[in-house]
Amino acid sequence: MHPTYESPIIQKLNAGMMNKFGSRTEYTPVKFIDNVAIADLMDEYGSPLFVISEKTIRQTYQKALKAFKMRYPKVQFAWSYKTNYLDAVCQVFHQEGSWAEVVSGFEYQKAIRNGVPGNLIIFNGPDKSKEDLIMAIKNRSLIHIDHFDELYMLIEILEEMENSKACVAIRINMDTGVYPQWDRFGFNYENGQAWNAIVKIIAQKKLQLEGLHCHIGTYMLTANAYAVAARKMCELAQAYANTTGENIKYLDMGGGFCSSNTLKGSYLQGVDIIPTFDDYAEAITSTILQFGFHPDKLPLLILETGRALIDEAGYLLGTVLATKRLADGRRATVLDTGVNIMFTSFWYNHRVSPAQDFSQHAEETALYGPLCMNIDNLRESVILPILKKGDRIVVHEVGAYNMTQWMQFITLRPNVVMIDTTGKVHLIRKQETVNTIVDCEMVPEHLK
Amino acid sequence: MKIRKNIAISENGFIFNPMTGDSFSVNETGVYILQKLKDGGSEETILQNLMDEYELDTYTAEKDLNDFLSMLKSYQLITNE
Repeated sequence: MHPTYESPIIQKLNAGMMNKFGSRTEYTPVKFIDNVAIADLMDEYGSPLFVISEKTIRQTYQKALKAFKMRYPKVQFAWSYKTNYLDAVCQVFHQEGSWAEVVSGFEYQKAIRNGVPGNLIIFNGPDKSKEDLIMAIKNRSLIHIDHFDELYMLIEILEEMENSKACVAIRINMDTGVYPQWDRFGFNYENGQAWNAIVKIIAQKKLQLEGLHCHIGTYMLTANAYAVAARKMCELAQAYANTTGENIKYLDMGGGFCSSNTLKGSYLQGVDIIPTFDDYAEAITSTILQFGFHPDKLPLLILETGRALIDEAGYLLGTVLATKRLADGRRATVLDTGVNIMFTSFWYNHRVSPAQDFSQHAEETALYGPLCMNIDNLRESVILPILKKGDRIVVHEVGAYNMTQWMQFITLRPNVVMIDTTGKVHLIRKQETVNTIVDCEMVPEHLK
Repeated sequence: MKIRKNIAISENGFIFNPMTGDSFSVNETGVYILQKLKDGGSEETILQNLMDEYELDTYTAEKDLNDFLSMLKSYQLITNE
């Protein structure tokens, strides 16, 4: 019987030295996701491989919904397509009761294909073409106007369309005490631009102002900013009611809630510093409830949070391609999971776990992806058990933005599977092949 | 390739260099290699020992041994004499 082999390592002991990165964090291997063996998943679907847990999506959604519904009577979530618009993922959210929140004609068409009724699609974003707007008007979708050019284009389109009305809201940006202030989207509250837009809409018979929308930032580490935003939204809703005698039907507070990922440069782990759904819910709902609306005329509260609902449900499985030694003696581990498919590694220090047993020894290592590009750096420094070529790893909390912002760069995008609530595995996006790419290309005759 | 004089190696992988005051920890495979070095084994012999002891292929054994020896050298725990 041969003893179990582990690559030899030596580490210098620096007693009493401060270590900003702390000690190792991985004490047990992650061998299963929702009771499905990672080894089996990778044997069948290859490496790298994205895995989505339907159970985690549903649990997280219910947790968020409960946080709001126990405090406020009228709550509606709208799934932020850009966060993850794989059809299977969207359908889980729609089954749970989410509307769709889209920011382009492409996403709009995806929502329609997914069977979302037009009037339950919120159309956000600065880029809506004339065709997009006509489609949204016909479907009675909620068009959230971003700028005056869009407002005037909408008015022009409606002049040409007989017996048509558009259901609109305006996006409002504002100072919530959080910097940098997001003022590039929508109309500004403080300088009166938002009110001007509302007045313009009131004057248009074919525009029906249904709601007000804001989205104050992303990865908001303070819930209080939402209280400030909610207050300003309520002020505008009240001013609208005073002017027109009609009530705003909904306040859309957008998204921006944190997932528990750790931001690069953060001293503390994300999970230790982020507000909970309850914190966000308390800030928003208590502000609206205390504002003084008549109880029968409380606006519907819409939330478009994406990241916080899906990040935790996504895993990326990968394989160690090589281990090497850098010039300064540090270990470097090359993985097959690059920044091309893990865009969020540019701003998160993702947690990485080995997927097989390991000894108590650990080593500081840099984690690199497979791309022949210097930027392909997943972790500059992480203390991990000793890994060798062929070992498997699990990257945690990659459900948000990676499966939409991923790039077909140098390598092809991998399979994505979903583990359903019964533990059955479904392929929900096939890995790309060379044909996926070259089918869109054409070579002029003289170059053939 | 020899271990420098006076380097203390404990069975559980604690290394102390009284010349510099530096201390190190090594894992079990590291202790195994250090003991072989202390016993005067050559690089070739240790490579074969590793392959036999752990049932390793040549490439893995050679790659890992070279890496470990280069680290011992950079920490000035071995000399080329």
